Amino acid sequence: MDLSRLEINRRTALLTSAAIAANVINPMRAFAQETPRKGGVFNVHYGAEQRQLNPSIQASTGVYIIGGKIQENLVDLDADGQPVGVLAESWEATPDGKTVTFKLRKGITWHDGKPFTSEDVAFTAMNMWKKILNYGSTLQLFLTSVDTPDPQTAIFRYERPMPLNLLLRALPDLGYVSAKHLYESGDIRQNPTNLAPVGTGPFKFVKYERGQYIIADRNPDYWRPNAPYLDRIVWKVITDRAAAAAQMEAGELHYSPFSGLTISDMARLGKDKRFIVSTKGNEGNARTNTIEFNFRRKELADIRVRRAIAHAINVPFFIDNFLGDFAKLGTGPIPSTSTDFYPGPNTPQYPYDKAKAIALLDEAGFKASGGNRFSLKLLPAPWGEDISLWSTFIQQSLGEVGIQVDIVRNDGGGFLKQVYDDHAFDLATGWHQYRNDPAVSTTVWYRSGQPKGAPWTNQWGWEDKTVDKTIDDAATEVDPAKRKALYADFVKEVNTELPVWMPIEQIFVTVITAKARNHSNTPRWGSASWHDLWLSA
Amino acid sequence: MRILSLAGRRLAASIPTLFLILIGVFLLLQLAPGDTVDALMAQMGGGDAATAQELRKFYGLDLSVPAQLGSYLWHLVRLDLGFSSIYGKPVATVILERLPPTILLMTASLSFAFFFGLLFGVIAARGVNRWPDTMISTLGLIFYATPSFWFGLMAIVVFSVYLQWLPPGGFEDIGTVQTGIWRVLDIAAHLVLPTLTLGLIFLAIYLRIMRASMLEVLNLDFVRTARAKGLDETHVITRHVLRNALLPMVTLIGLQAGTMLGGSVVVESVFSLPGLGRLAYESVVQRDLNTLLGIVFVSALLVISVNFVVDLLYARLDPRIATEG
Repeated sequence: MDLSRLEINRRTALLTSAAIAANVINPMRAFAQETPRKGGVFNVHYGAEQRQLNPSIQASTGVYIIGGKIQENLVDLDADGQPVGVLAESWEATPDGKTVTFKLRKGITWHDGKPFTSEDVAFTAMNMWKKILNYGSTLQLFLTSVDTPDPQTAIFRYERPMPLNLLLRALPDLGYVSAKHLYESGDIRQNPTNLAPVGTGPFKFVKYERGQYIIADRNPDYWRPNAPYLDRIVWKVITDRAAAAAQMEAGELHYSPFSGLTISDMARLGKDKRFIVSTKGNEGNARTNTIEFNFRRKELADIRVRRAIAHAINVPFFIDNFLGDFAKLGTGPIPSTSTDFYPGPNTPQYPYDKAKAIALLDEAGFKASGGNRFSLKLLPAPWGEDISLWSTFIQQSLGEVGIQVDIVRNDGGGFLKQVYDDHAFDLATGWHQYRNDPAVSTTVWYRSGQPKGAPWTNQWGWEDKTVDKTIDDAATEVDPAKRKALYADFVKEVNTELPVWMPIEQIFVTVITAKARNHSNTPRWGSASWHDLWLSA
Repeated sequence: MRILSLAGRRLAASIPTLFLILIGVFLLLQLAPGDTVDALMAQMGGGDAATAQELRKFYGLDLSVPAQLGSYLWHLVRLDLGFSSIYGKPVATVILERLPPTILLMTASLSFAFFFGLLFGVIAARGVNRWPDTMISTLGLIFYATPSFWFGLMAIVVFSVYLQWLPPGGFEDIGTVQTGIWRVLDIAAHLVLPTLTLGLIFLAIYLRIMRASMLEVLNLDFVRTARAKGLDETHVITRHVLRNALLPMVTLIGLQAGTMLGGSVVVESVFSLPGLGRLAYESVVQRDLNTLLGIVFVSALLVISVNFVVDLLYARLDPRIATEG
């Protein structure tokens, strides 16, 4: 697949406002007639080592890319983004939304031979998801107990209604199960199993050599028939992006997930027939670029100034010239990939209009003296090349309307501390990572009353009672249609008030060898179990 | 044996220095915004405030700064480097795991740079201002001016991607399990490109120093004497000039043993080698204080011991140092 095709598809997708799930014509179709081949080693680029590998206690792509092949979740997403049972076979909720019952699959064993039962689910839910797992602790805040009447049944009991569709969209990421018998004694965080994970998944952990590689081998007792196909997966730790691209070309790597290479290398490899470069398979990992406003600055507390800043920046120009095919114009906090909640583009938008920006700033009373109205300190997050480019673009665009911007760069820890704890910023920019349901990842950016220091939450010094109420109502609304409508209201309200502006939508880019089959076939494929992945000869 | 007592005194003097360095680094890191929990949050992509608080307790960050420093030093006196928060293992173990690749890479590239620097320096000095000198000096300048990451990447593109002669990265082949001599050869093949990349820059420095020092010594009286008593030029160079011209080179090696550790962050990243440089970089980004202090400690020890050896070498090369003291 080449980039020009991706380009056309991107435009088409924009026009029809269809989900980006349709971004690329299914590359698997052409190979439908091939017989899956058993065997082979799949080499994966691993850019940033994590402190541990257990996805039951850490929700991040850096953990899923490894732990997600070894441990399994109750529910995953299918090709259409709908929940499909993995360890759970079926589920149902009571009408009041306070009880959710999962029926578990029979005859599954852990890699150490012990049987998998509802006891494991109950233990993981109460001790890991509720207490340790990031995002999980918020999701399961009102979980009171998990009953296990028999080894195949787990009954989740909630103090407040839990919308079933929220739970099912959250569980693919926040529903990985760990073995009770390995974790019940001692401190869970310090358990050595976290670095040598034991699961029920298609691949068995073999070895972790810090700073070098991780190896997992085929699980011969895997519960899905004839799966997996691969003999082995090797994750190679390569921190330098350019070096990783060279290793792809030298054939030492088969797959670089989550935009692991530089933008220019991804564009270059996209023209090479040996590789497939696409956003497909990452729809579940959509993110938006942000501008976060600090309301403690009197200028930014004025809504006219925030709108002026938005009008002053030519977003389509930036996307076309810097991000290319890997990004599109965003319309708010809920990205267009979210088929269940995307409210459409008809919410307040701020297209590029320099004259309007100047008029708004003049109207707000910030006249230019010597070409400069006021100065702002911009803190860009260090996560990606695009943020760095975007912050420079903001600086230059605002310079043209008389706002001087000083960029202050920090590393990860420093950025989070200064923005979300010390509030030592005027503007900040980074990524808002959307996790399939606004209640999981998005509303904390806007709901007031977030504890100081919690990263990626509303630390702007901004509070809006209407928005708070919409968020609270939606979080406990059991009717899917009403929930969707409430989130549409939410987007309208926050796009009007603009405490955070989210004008660019991006999906992670996958670079994978053209020999791979059955890849990128679910919206969170990088995190998925790869039980059906195989390599052609 | 005066030289031994001299070196011994120097060794003793370096212990307070070591402690000052450690305390300095500790305090300096307190100035960096964010702690290891912030870094972990950044890596996880978010978490709530209660989780963060619990994690701070878990990593012992709820104590005051003097209390943390005091406890660190108290452990250090008992030769305990503490526990690494990113690795979940004792720091000593983490560093020991990373030491072999670093030392291997460092020794290989230093030896490479030293040997060829010496050779080219001598050749350039003998043909001063003629074409060998011009060529060597120009090449040296190019090597010196080229950033090592670019050198490394270009070497990968040429030798691994196009020619496919050498592996593009890593410490050894993971696909097949090798033992004995085959494993040694495999690791050697993986280290060729990183050694050249790291060595070339130092080579440039060494050859310039060697050239200058040769030229200086060549003009001294005893060289004229040697020539006057009828020695041929090769003998003059090897027996008389070289030994005297080596002193600045040896000094430089002592100084650069430390630089090599820092300089290899780039090379280790480009070639995905599990060395100390990358460990140090990661510990800074992750605010893993114990590991970073441990690395500073080990690096300082390394520099001190290399300088100790250099002191001994001085005496061997120039007996006047041992007698004068």
